[in-house]
Formats: sequence, structure tokens, C-alpha cells
Amino acid sequence: MLSRVGASSPDALLESVPAGLRSRAELKLSPALDERNLLRHFGARAAENRTVESGPSFLGAGAYHHFIPAAVDALASRGEFMTAYTPYQAEISQGTLQMIFEFQTLICQLTGMDVANASIYDGASSLAEAALMAARVTRRTRICVSAGLHPHWREVLRTYTEGIGLTLSTLDLDESGRTATRPLPADTAAVIVQSPNFFGCIEDLAEASEAAHAVGALAIAASAEALSLALLRPPGELGCDIACGEAQSFGLPLSFGGPYAGFLAAREKFVRQLPGRLIGESVDSIGQRAFVMTLTTREQHIRREKATSNICTNQGLCALRVAIWLAAVGKAGIRRLAGINLSLSTYARRACAEAGLALPFAAPVFNEFVVAVPDLPRKLDALAARGVQAGLPLAGRGAQARGDRLLVCTTEMNTRAEIDALVRGLAA
Amino acid sequence: MSTPGRSGLVFREPLLFESSRPGRSGVRIDDPDVPPVDPVRELGAGLVRDEIRDFPELSELDVVRHFTRLSQWNYGIDSGFFPLGSCTMKYNPRVNEAVARLPGLAAVHPASDESALQGVLALACELEEALAEISGLDRVTLQPAAGAQGEFVGVRMISAYHRARGDLARKRVLIPDTAHGTNPASAALNGLEVVEVKSGPDGIVHPEALAALADERTAALMITNPNTLGLFESHIEELSRVVHAAGGLVYLDGANMNALLGVAKPGHMGVDVMHFNLHKTFSTPHGGGGPGSGPVAIRNILAPYLPTPVIRLENGRHRLDSEFPHSIGRVHAWYGNAGIWLRALAYIRTLGASGLAEVSSRAILNANYVLESLRADYDVPHQRRVMHECVLSDRRQHEHGVTTADIAKRLMDYGYHPPTIYFPLVVSGAMMIEPTECESQEALDGFIEAMRAIAREAETQPGLVTGAPERPIVRRIDEVRAARKPRLRWTPEGA
Repeated sequence: MLSRVGASSPDALLESVPAGLRSRAELKLSPALDERNLLRHFGARAAENRTVESGPSFLGAGAYHHFIPAAVDALASRGEFMTAYTPYQAEISQGTLQMIFEFQTLICQLTGMDVANASIYDGASSLAEAALMAARVTRRTRICVSAGLHPHWREVLRTYTEGIGLTLSTLDLDESGRTATRPLPADTAAVIVQSPNFFGCIEDLAEASEAAHAVGALAIAASAEALSLALLRPPGELGCDIACGEAQSFGLPLSFGGPYAGFLAAREKFVRQLPGRLIGESVDSIGQRAFVMTLTTREQHIRREKATSNICTNQGLCALRVAIWLAAVGKAGIRRLAGINLSLSTYARRACAEAGLALPFAAPVFNEFVVAVPDLPRKLDALAARGVQAGLPLAGRGAQARGDRLLVCTTEMNTRAEIDALVRGLAA
Repeated sequence: MSTPGRSGLVFREPLLFESSRPGRSGVRIDDPDVPPVDPVRELGAGLVRDEIRDFPELSELDVVRHFTRLSQWNYGIDSGFFPLGSCTMKYNPRVNEAVARLPGLAAVHPASDESALQGVLALACELEEALAEISGLDRVTLQPAAGAQGEFVGVRMISAYHRARGDLARKRVLIPDTAHGTNPASAALNGLEVVEVKSGPDGIVHPEALAALADERTAALMITNPNTLGLFESHIEELSRVVHAAGGLVYLDGANMNALLGVAKPGHMGVDVMHFNLHKTFSTPHGGGGPGSGPVAIRNILAPYLPTPVIRLENGRHRLDSEFPHSIGRVHAWYGNAGIWLRALAYIRTLGASGLAEVSSRAILNANYVLESLRADYDVPHQRRVMHECVLSDRRQHEHGVTTADIAKRLMDYGYHPPTIYFPLVVSGAMMIEPTECESQEALDGFIEAMRAIAREAETQPGLVTGAPERPIVRRIDEVRAARKPRLRWTPEGA
């Protein structure tokens, strides 16, 4: 090979790298490990973590512990999916393309929207992109954000909108735990309401949409727990213009926060303002149905600085897991699963109330709720000592967050005995 | 036609929604041991939706066959040679998958108390330190979810740096004409103006061209090195000096880091901030377009502006610190795509220093081998020695009515994934070939032979090339129709 390239050694190929820049010493890295020792190293570190499988967990807050059928891992591990590239070469990417077309359809069905993109990094960035989209559509700069939005999502929204001069205003929660969406400033570009909100309360999205439309703004509905879309009236039926959120609940492991799969869906009339990849149906030169990336003139590789977003990758493999999970669980299964989550949270809330713990918000919830717990830090420690992750303490997390408040989530992965033990621990 | 494969039985497969049958289900879900609740009674009829119309109803076997068949319509690295320039389609070692799936990592809840996260935070620090060493820079954040988000973070930090110094007029980002489209888009997303820097006839940026543009309005230079022509920016030190002298900072797009491992460190080139694409250089799966991971490395001058949180090690315990006032804020709900950056750490730990140096050395040799082998058959627009990828053009085939797009499609018939095409924009009809270090000489020879055969066909039987592909499951697709009447979802009406 060297003789064909006319070089005496591989180093001789580096003639265009100035000598002064060439690294003289080897990189200072830990010694290489073979496969056996690599697994030993990571296994030892993994053993230092406490996980949702090593003991009961009532953590939610935007990342949910749900059941993943074995078929999801088996199918998503297929190398033809895993090692494929973005489907620019459509003729040899029809598997990815049809799958994303199905993903787009599934997201539309769940949200009640007309169009959805091929996924986006995570729920937080889907929300930020939704806000940027609303600002482009309305040519306004004020974004009114519910105080019930996930605080991390709010921070990401701020990071994304600050540089281009958008202003964030806060819409407070009322006593029941729902967003008070009136009055809105006349220059509002978008109203953002998360439902169920960060505190678990199911919001009145119809009211938020009406309030937004009354001032010519768009209504953006955010879902941190997408499973709720199987049970609750979806944003598309409630007048919302954009639905965005996090699809992690559908087949993605918690994995310390990523990779997850953000989704972004909208009314048909806004399709040319959607960021990210879109897959469309067409035909090939002999009339067969075929799928292809489309409306790419919105995207950075064509429009460069005039693109709707800088986004390049989507979350292809995560979108695949979501599509497999939704297909396997299916129409009856997802409804049933959502119902089970509601049954468990209802049971847990009643158990808390019966044990004398206060539930500060009266609004209905899906699978997550806030409970006030006297002497919370001591009880959390005691539960942790028994291997229980009791939920997320809200101290320091926004205006609704007093020191005694705990955000508790129950999913189908929790049992009655776990809930009973949790309530005993919190009431003790 | 000699090809590395033959046609086999490939199944047609309808959409999920078309094969759906009422009452079928792929997963059994038993009742919980708490009293069942009627949603309408619990929440009120106004909040509860009807069942989701037309949602899939399939058995587990239906689902398994569906996605297995779809997968067989794809071409992945596991299928064959994938010389996609600037995308670094290298083999994805399976042990990395096993690492990310360890229950002690995959089942970690991101909102857990820090006491529950010590193992994963230690691994994050291990990777941050390795990437800092590879880049020759001081600090690393793993938070960005992809390269483009890394660019956004880097440029945002540059803006914050200038603002903190009261330097409010720096609104311009200088970007060479060979740059990826994400660079100008990331600058625009930060409210900055893009100024294009013309590369010279030799394909690299010259200090004089940059000096004419760098001034008190310059926020940064965003440069890719090696650039997208596969050429090392030999004047990089001088380019950095010019930008620094004008008061700007230097951003390196790390998409092409596969050429630099153990070869040269961006920190020594005057770079102040860069992003990595772990799904390129560090072998995490591309997954049909993500998920990626785009860590950002910085010089200490930018440390106050790092996104929150950062990981700190204090008294032997790791903690997530969000309490620093000049931070640009969060860009991800949690600490990035952990499942991906864990895979990248596994790759780095497997190879070690000498293994990584071997990666770049072989990647460069392979690219030069392909280039020299095809020089007789294809136009080579730039004559400098290439690094890890090379660019050809269709100038000679054009005379016969054959374009780069045709050559790309014909490669599919020969069993290869096409190179990156029509990029970089500075070369008309560009074909950007990145073989990576993973391919053997025999594999490269097979690809070279196919490229030569296509060059011959272009002269003698151009119709074979312009009519390609004929072997994939579909032929050339009508993209105009897809865009003119967008059909972006299945509907029962349209079925």
C-alpha cells in the first residue's frame, strides 16, 4: 500500500502537518483493556450506582421507568438498523425511511396533530425548537411559559432563545396546580404549557389554546410523560398548534438521561417551519411506493445559515425503539398500560392522604403527584438506607417547591407492596 | 458485472397500519394488584380521550417480522463498505453495546440523588479527561446531544466570553467555504452573522484571506481541520494568530478528528473550543441518523461559561454543580446522551494511546491508497496530500453525460454505499471518500475495482450508470413529487 501512495512510511503521509504541530509523545491515556477487562472495569463502576432495578423507585420528573418488551432490544440491535447512516441514499435506506414514516404517523396519532418530524434530541430541545418555530411563524419575540414546565426544560429553552433575543415570561400556577393562562401580553408569540405538568397536574390545554389564540399567539403543548397521551385528550383535539415532548417512556432505558427521543408535531400549515428531518412518501421510477427525505430546503445542509435549525442528526435508533415499542404494545395495550399507571397513582395518593400526608394540589393527575412530607430529608435517608428511591425532593426547584415537598411517580413497574412501604416510610 | 453479492429473496412489507387487525396485541399486560380505576370517573370525561384511532394492532410475531424485513432493506456498516466522507462510518464494536446495556448503567435514573450516581459520574470524568488529553484543551462537557448541539454550545460560550468582557460588537463568525452546513446554522442560531472565508486554489485557507476579514467585529473563526476536502489546514497556527490578534476566538469543528488522534492536538493549533462527534471518531453507532453525542472541549478562559451542570470531584465524591453564574445554561434535560458517551469511553479504553494513534495512521493510509488508485480514472481537484478522506469529481465522466449522482447510484448495484456527494460545495460534482481505518486492503481493492468499472461504463455504456440503481428494493425515487405534494404520514383515507 505504501508503494502505491509513494510514501516510505505512514508518517511520511503527514507532510502537510507542520512539524511543530506533530505530537512527539504518546497520548497520556489509561492502559488499553481487552474485552474481558473492559467489562470488568465498567461492571465495577456500574456496581457503584443505585438504579431503578436495584430497589423500588418512585422517580419520574421527566424520565420514566416503564416496561420494555424483549422484542425491542432484539430488533433494535439489528446491525442493518444500528450501523446505517442518515438515509440520504434512499434506495438502500428504505428500512430506516419506512420506519421513520411510521414513527411520524404514530406521533401524529398520539398527539392528534397533522405532521411530525423524524424526532429530535430530547424533550427539552423539542420544546426549544417549538418556541423558535412559533417565533418564526408569528414574528413576535415573547414566549409565555407555564411555571409548571420542567425546570430543566425551562433552562434549555432559555439557552436556546437568549441569543436571538426572545423574552421569556412566566405564567404562574393557581392553587389547584394548573397554569393561569390569562391575561396574556398582546405581543405573545407562544404559550407553553406542559401537561401533565412538572408537578403531575393535568392542565387545561383547551383553555391555554383559547387564551393564546385570543392574542394571536400559538399554543404549544409539551409532554414529558408521553404515555399520558394514550389516556388524556391530546393537544390536537384541544386546539394546540404545536405538540412537543419526550418519548422516552416508549421503550428507551433510563440510561442516566439519554439518549432519549424528542418529538415535535404541528398543524399542517406550519410544516415548512418545522425543524429537523421529515420523511415523505413518493414513488420510484417504476411506480413502486418508496420513502425519501423531503422538504429538505428547510435544513442546514441546504440552507446553511438560513435554515430553520442547525439540527443535523435526529435520534434515529431511539425513534426505532419507540416505533417497535408502540407497535408491540399496540392500541389496546397502551390504553391498558396508561390505565394501570392511573390506578397506581390513585392508590398511592389515597394511601398518602389516609396516612395523614397532605397533597398540596387538587388538580387531577396521571402517574405523578406532589406530597408534603414533614421532616422530609430524614425520611428520604431512612428510605434510601432500605434501597428505596422515594421520589424527587422539590426543595430549590421553582416557586412551588417548598422544602417538605416530594414528587412521587408510580408506574406499572411499582407494586402495591412497594407503595405501601413508601407511604409507611414517608408517614413515619 | 462482478459484484460482491447476489440478489436474494427480499420481502415486501406493508406499513404497520396496513397490516393491523382488530383485537391483535403483541404484549400481554396483567392487572396490577391495586384496585382498577375508571379514568372517566377519576379524571372527568372532558380529560379522557377515545381510543387512538388506527393505532397498530399486531401480534409479537407480526412486529418481529415487520422490523426484520425493514432492516433487510437497509445498508449498514455491518453490510459492507461505507466510504461516506466526513461521516466516519467505522465499525461499531459490539462490546460497546454490552457496556451501555449493563443494568448498573442502563437503569440509572438521571434524577437520582448524587449518592446513587457515583459510578456513572466517575466514568463521565474518565471520558472528559481522555477527551481533554486528545484535544490538548483543558476542560470538557459531555452535555451536547450531537455535533450540531456542540457547535451551538461552543459558539454560545464564545458569545458569553465577549459579552463578559464588554466586547459587545463582536457579531461575526468567519467560516471557510468548505465548512459543513451546521457551522453557519449554529452561528445564526446564536444571533451571529456569517462571513464566508474563501479557501485558496490549493483547497486550504490562507492567512491573507483571513486577515482581510478579521477585525473588531469578529467573534470567532469556525474551522474544520482536516477540512472537508481531506486537507490539513497547514496554516492553522497562523490563522489562529490572525484571529486572536483581532480579538476573536478559534472554534474547531471536530468532525474530522479521525485524522488527528495521536497525530496533532487542536489545543496546540491555537484552538480555544471544539466539539467532538463521538458517533464519528469514537465508533458509537450512527443508528440511521442518531443518536449522536457532541462533547465540547475548551481552554480554561471559557470555563466560566460551560453549560450547567458540570461534574466536580470533591473529597473523593462526584457531584453535579449548577451554581456558577456566568454559565450559558443547560442544553440538555440531563447530562447528555450518556448511553452514547459510555460507548465512546469503552472504545477509548479498548484502544489506549497506541491504538488510537494506529487508528489515524491507518485511516490516512487508506484514504491516500484509494485516492492514488483512482487518480487515473477520476478527476482529482486538489493535488495536496490528503489526510483521512479524499475528494474526486465527476468532471471526466460528465463528458459522457454521467454525473456524480449516477456514479453514486451505480455503486449500489456493485454492493457499495456511495461516498458523500456534492459536498464540499467548492468542488463541482464532489465525491468525498472516507474509507476509515477499519477496512482491509482487499476491501479497498474491491471498492477501487468497482469505481474503475463504473468509469469504464461511463465511457462505453453510460446508460447503465444513468439508469442505476437496478438492484436495491426500489429504483430512483421521485423526490420532486415527494416535496410538491408532501405525504408525511399514513392516513386511512389515503390508503
